[in-house]
Amino acid sequence: MSVSDSEELVAATPAAAAATPATVARARGRREALYFARRNRKLLVGLGVVLAFLALAVVGPMVNSHGPNEYVGPPAQRPSADWWFGTTMFGQDVFAQFVHGLRSTFLVGLLGGALAALIGMVVGFTAGYRGGVADEGLNMLTNVVLVIPTLAVLLIIATYLKVRGVVPEAIFIGLFSWPWVARAIRAQTFSLASRDFVDLARLSGAGGAKIVFTEIAPNMSSYLFMTFILLFGGSVLTAATLDFIGLGPTDGMSLGLMMNNAVLWSALPLGMWWWFVPPGLGITMIVGALYIMNVGLDEVFNPKLREL
Amino acid sequence: MRRYFGRKLLIYAVTFFVAVTVDWVIPRFMPGDPVQTMLARASLRPEASQAMQAYYTSVFGLDVPIWQQYLNFWGALLRGDLGVSIWLFPQPVTSVLLRAVPYTIALLVPAILLSWWAGNKFGAYAARRRWLDNTVLPVGYVLTATPYMWLGILLAWALGSVAGLFPIAGGYSFDVEPSWSWAFLGNLARHWFLPFASLFLVGFGGWAIGMRNMIIYELEADYAHYLAALGAPRRLLRRYAFRNALLPQLTGLALQLGVLVAGALVTEIVFSYPGLGYLILQAINNQDFFLIQGAFLFIIVGVLLANFLVDVVYVLVDPRTRVGMRGGA
Repeated sequence: MSVSDSEELVAATPAAAAATPATVARARGRREALYFARRNRKLLVGLGVVLAFLALAVVGPMVNSHGPNEYVGPPAQRPSADWWFGTTMFGQDVFAQFVHGLRSTFLVGLLGGALAALIGMVVGFTAGYRGGVADEGLNMLTNVVLVIPTLAVLLIIATYLKVRGVVPEAIFIGLFSWPWVARAIRAQTFSLASRDFVDLARLSGAGGAKIVFTEIAPNMSSYLFMTFILLFGGSVLTAATLDFIGLGPTDGMSLGLMMNNAVLWSALPLGMWWWFVPPGLGITMIVGALYIMNVGLDEVFNPKLREL
Repeated sequence: MRRYFGRKLLIYAVTFFVAVTVDWVIPRFMPGDPVQTMLARASLRPEASQAMQAYYTSVFGLDVPIWQQYLNFWGALLRGDLGVSIWLFPQPVTSVLLRAVPYTIALLVPAILLSWWAGNKFGAYAARRRWLDNTVLPVGYVLTATPYMWLGILLAWALGSVAGLFPIAGGYSFDVEPSWSWAFLGNLARHWFLPFASLFLVGFGGWAIGMRNMIIYELEADYAHYLAALGAPRRLLRRYAFRNALLPQLTGLALQLGVLVAGALVTEIVFSYPGLGYLILQAINNQDFFLIQGAFLFIIVGVLLANFLVDVVYVLVDPRTRVGMRGGA
């Protein structure tokens, strides 16, 4: 991108003339990000795939009149005009299961990812900004949760729950997948907290929380957003793993549960590929698209990575 | 050095303590009575049910004060007593788990080490080579986004069911006796290959991408620009970048251990491979609570040991940590 391009971008902002230098810089940064975002193929393709699946998850169950666990057709049918994705061993509609499973997938990703991001941010900002005893304590907590394998804890919790829903599952996943976020945010907060502009804010009498939210967090907002995307993908994969072991929702449908059922009722030796291919493909495409989107975002926010 | 390891060991000790406590707390404070759940599941005759209830109550140690229950739990644990399996009654949980562990380790260790090594090499090679980068990058991202069990299912279906090249279930065929003969070892290897391959492929994609991204960061670092300005050959530059990028990848390996173990568990389930994962599935289906609790502790201890190994390797490969430690301690 040439210099005149970026000048045009700023000049195109009508409010630029009247605004203070700080807001101009901020608006300019935003404009620039948008400029690169619209031209980044990785970001656009990734976003497109995720949105397509999201639309399917929202609309699919409305179009389909029957529930995911209803026995609606002849068993073990190949995909056809009547049964788009075929039917299971018991005559359930694989397409209905798939679209309902997509809903669970997005719910788990959104809820689990958001909760983990929230805890990670609270712990990371507090430890990084306060330092001292708070840092020591939180650091120990982070390190302990970090080495405990998430799945093992979820395994033992889920075993003792008689009724398991998608929402509690997402919450438990969120509760145990935040440590690496806290660690990364703590390190970044450390380095930002010693900068001049933070000192200035402190001198002007701003409180700790205010400094974190107005001075420190905005300077890593792109990083925080990308962290959330990674957490989203991680939650989806963890949930799929848990569901596949047989600890999935007892009152709903999920993509991991579909695979669990397919393997349990020997879809493999029977060659019923339409039963186990869609759920795995759905997860792979959603999570893969999220990852590729993240690479695109990285290139948008980090000038060093842009290929000119 | 002593201070570094002292700190690490303290963290692992606390983690182990927390894990054991969780293992003790959850069955006791979750809604619902585990003893009743187990009895309801077993659907025994009344007199047998009463005997079982007495047995379970004493096994859980529910008839003594709660703090004493906790101490008793630790006491039994340190003696290696994790209770009795319900599914394989009356075998002790510890011996059931010990029989399964070798299979899991035989899958996990080669898969982790080989995928880490190959992924790093390949990622470093692909970085900043436009054609390779553009084709390999999407493939790598798709691989690392693939749920372990799904890749396992696909491999089992394509190479096992359809092509008939590999067996798709069990640790070895039913018609052979375990022995140290070549025939048996070959049989074992054929059953081992597909689960290993699916673990390897998913890991490979992740490491290759991580390395590729790290190399690009390193090549933008000041030292790299300086070297390039001095006229150093590209190969030398890439070698330095690779060495520097290897350290975060090592940290990444420690962070990924839990995910890798989880991956191995579900892969075993796909292939009915007689390791810990398959055992856990059976335990869940049979409501064998002691077995699940024991498996939980086994996994934690395994991950802690592996973490410690990574710490040791990190000190060996990064001279800065040694110098810093001597200065600090």
